[in-house]
Formats: sequence, C-alpha cells, structure tokens
Amino acid sequence: MRAFTYERPVDLAAALVAIGQPGARFLAGGTNLLDLMKVEAETPQHLVDVSRLPLDQISEENGGLRIGAMVTNTALAGDSHVREHYPVLARAVLNGASAQLRNQATTGGNLLQRTRCYYFYDPSTPCNKRAPGSGCSALQGYNRIHAILGASDACIAVHPSDMAVAMMALDAEVEVEAPHSHRRIKIADFHRLPGNTPQNDTILGAGELITAVILPPPPPGGQVYRKVRDRASYDFALVSVAAVVETDGERIRSARIALGGVAHKPWRALEAERQLAGVPLSDDALAAAGETAVKGAQGHGHNDFKIPLAARTVASALAEAAKQRKA
Amino acid sequence: MTVDVGLTVNGVRHDLKVDSRTTLLDLLREHLGLTGTKKGCDHGQCGACTVLVDGVRKNACMNLAASLDGRGIVTIEGLGTEQALHPMQAAFIEHDGFQCGYCTPGQICSAVGMLSELKRGLPSAVTADLREAAVDMVEAEVRERMSGNICRCAAYPNIVAAILDAGKA
Repeated sequence: MRAFTYERPVDLAAALVAIGQPGARFLAGGTNLLDLMKVEAETPQHLVDVSRLPLDQISEENGGLRIGAMVTNTALAGDSHVREHYPVLARAVLNGASAQLRNQATTGGNLLQRTRCYYFYDPSTPCNKRAPGSGCSALQGYNRIHAILGASDACIAVHPSDMAVAMMALDAEVEVEAPHSHRRIKIADFHRLPGNTPQNDTILGAGELITAVILPPPPPGGQVYRKVRDRASYDFALVSVAAVVETDGERIRSARIALGGVAHKPWRALEAERQLAGVPLSDDALAAAGETAVKGAQGHGHNDFKIPLAARTVASALAEAAKQRKA
Repeated sequence: MTVDVGLTVNGVRHDLKVDSRTTLLDLLREHLGLTGTKKGCDHGQCGACTVLVDGVRKNACMNLAASLDGRGIVTIEGLGTEQALHPMQAAFIEHDGFQCGYCTPGQICSAVGMLSELKRGLPSAVTADLREAAVDMVEAEVRERMSGNICRCAAYPNIVAAILDAGKA
C-alpha cells in the first residue's frame, strides 16, 4: 500500500474543504477503497474519513424515504420501512457481500464502488479504467463477468452493486454536496457508460460528496430482486434483475425492470417496460419483454451466456413480481 | 505518516502510534501480539479475521486502525478463556466444528455477532417474509448469515450444528 496522510474532519463543511488537498479521497466504510489500495489499483495521497459524519439516519420525506449516505447496508436492509415498502431494495442489499461487509459498507460508498474486473484490480495489466490509454485487457482476455450492454472498445467492465440496481428500479435520486453547490442527481444519470473515458464511473465532480439517497414514494405492485451468481451466497451477480410489476390480475398496468451485472451502470430496460404496459399478463409477454431487454446486447466470448441468461432472468423476475399483487 | 490511535481491546485500553496504513488486523497481531485473529486473504473475502467492533462483527483486515480510534474491540482472546469458555467456543468443541482450526477464531467471533443480529430481528437474503420482526434460527439462516466465513476444510456441517446449539442457549 502506498503511503498516505489521514484526517477525520469534525463536520461536513470541514470535510468538503479537506477534500481539496492533492490526491485526496473520501473514506467511508472503506470495504472497497482499502481493498483497492492494498493492490495499488487506487493510490490516494490523503484520506478524508467521513465515516463518523452524522449522515446515518433514515427518515420519511414527502411520502418517500431519505437515506443518509453513511447508513450501513445492514441498517438499510434492516429498516422496518424499507422492509415493508421497498422490499426490492432490502433484498438487493441482503444479496450483496457478506454480513461482516454489510455491517461496515455504506449507502454512499456502495454507489461509488469500483468494478471487480480482474484486470482493473491487477496493475501489471493494461486497463483504461485504472490507467487511461493503456488498453483494455478484458476485450481479448477472460471476460466471463463482463458487460453485454452499453460497453465500448475502451472498457467492458460492469458496475458491481446490487443496491444500485434496486434504486434504479425505484427512481432514486442521489443528493450531492460540494462547498458551494448542492444538487440532486437522478440515479439513472449518476453512473455513466464507459465511452472513451472509462476512468469516470459517475458524473460526480471533483470534491463532491454524496450525503443521501432519496427514494420517491413506493411504486404500486409487487417487487422482486433476482440475483444469479456462481455461489449460493456472497458473490457478485452474473446477472441480476430488479422488477416491479403492477397488475389488475389479468393485465399488466405498469412494469419496471433494472438489470445488474450487464453494463457499466445499473441498466434500466425502458423499452421492455413500455412493451408490457397494458398488455394481458402471460408467459409469452414476459418472455418477449426479456428478449427486448437484451436487444442489441453483445457478448465478448466468455460472457455470451449472459445474453440468454439475462432475458430469462428478466422474464422470471417479472413473473414472480406479478404474482405478488397486493389485494 | 503516523497516527495516534486509542483502542480498547478485550477490555484493555491501548494508546499507540502507528503507520496510517496499519489495519486493525495488523495492529492486533503485530502491535498487540494478539495472534488469535487470523490473516487469511487480507481482502475481506474469507472472514478469518472477523472480530467484534462495538459488538458488531467486521473484517479486521478491511478497517484502518486510524478509523477505529476510540472504539471497543473484542477478539477471540476476549470471548473466553481455557478455564471459562464462551458458550460458542464450547459448542464448537462439542460439535467438532473445525478441522485445521485456522478459520475457527473468525467463525466463532462471526457466530457471536450473528446471534446478536438475529436477536435484533435483522433479516437475511433467505428470510422468507421481510415484514416479520422476528427471524427463526434455522439451518438455512445460519448458512446464509455465515457465508462470509470460509472454511477450506469444509467443516460446515459441524460449524452449523455448533452455532444452532449455542444459539438455543
């Protein structure tokens, strides 16, 4: 690990000033940043520890929910309001990492975690995300866990979060602070596709700190998070789907579909959602929506299996969500 | 850069000056000589270094010591003694919940933290109804909740039996 200086500012204002130092990074739970520092894929010169800032509350706001950036994954999934009204989010969080990591990892940090692409983690290999311009080792390398949607010639990494996939389906917003600015970013706009600048995972500007995630009122209908992975527990998604389906028992009123493990960002399947609105509920309609969700998908060899897997997982998650229609 | 860190470990206060890069795991093993906490992967993947931080189970390798200034840590050495075993330690012996023993301190600390989470009604990925305030301690719950502790000897059946037994107490 490279040497760094460390400070723990007393409040938010001090933290936003401290981050202005050269090579400074915010440290929250640290479950990803410290890991990357150990392999020297990340080499901050200065750590600004924000883990004790008073941003660890969950509160109801305008019929929705305000989740402080320092709320741990465990606290988020254990919150009675989240369990009752946003089960897709609780399920997504509980399907990520291990209990030990969830006890430490934060809501803000989860959004900002980096890809688990093995080449990104290995500084001895080219990687445009870690060392811009050096090339992408995954394109011609081992790419079983990589993207099938929205990738570029510069990067085929995927975003690893489960939590963010559920937030995508829930139309969450990310609240961000800087010394002279305060803004809310729709989560659909927060993460970006790699294009020619895969070093940027999000649209956050230098020195901006996530302070909260805002959930709108819960959507009507059943909510499901379905995760497909190599192990039964404690593994990243090969494909995951957050589905919200509202029916009248015979027809689909509305559907929301977000996918994880398939792209550089949580992927919303808007065309498939539109295709389902108002149609009779049937296996064929759901299967067709699954196919639409992966329209234009491109495999890179080892990950070709993800295309049919994603289509089937979408159909299956939709079917389960449709069955949950509340009386 | 050195940082000042004050920690209470197994009830004893320690004030140290350490390199900012020092993890809790390295502080315990290299500075305090508490080698019961094991270094497996050093990347939060195996759980061998699991300790309790203010009563909550965490991977010691994934925490900078500097971040834990003022916190209370309990390691395997603080749970029980040879003369007065912690009930979880006794259950692991009773059920032969190990083979080589390397993952055992982490398994036991993790299991103690897990029982506390269960008692607080925290759900897991296999909890059928998230709206239920109480969670039954059944084998599927224990296996899911202990998935952050890897046992390369695969002593899982006996580990699960030990935890289920200790959890009844």
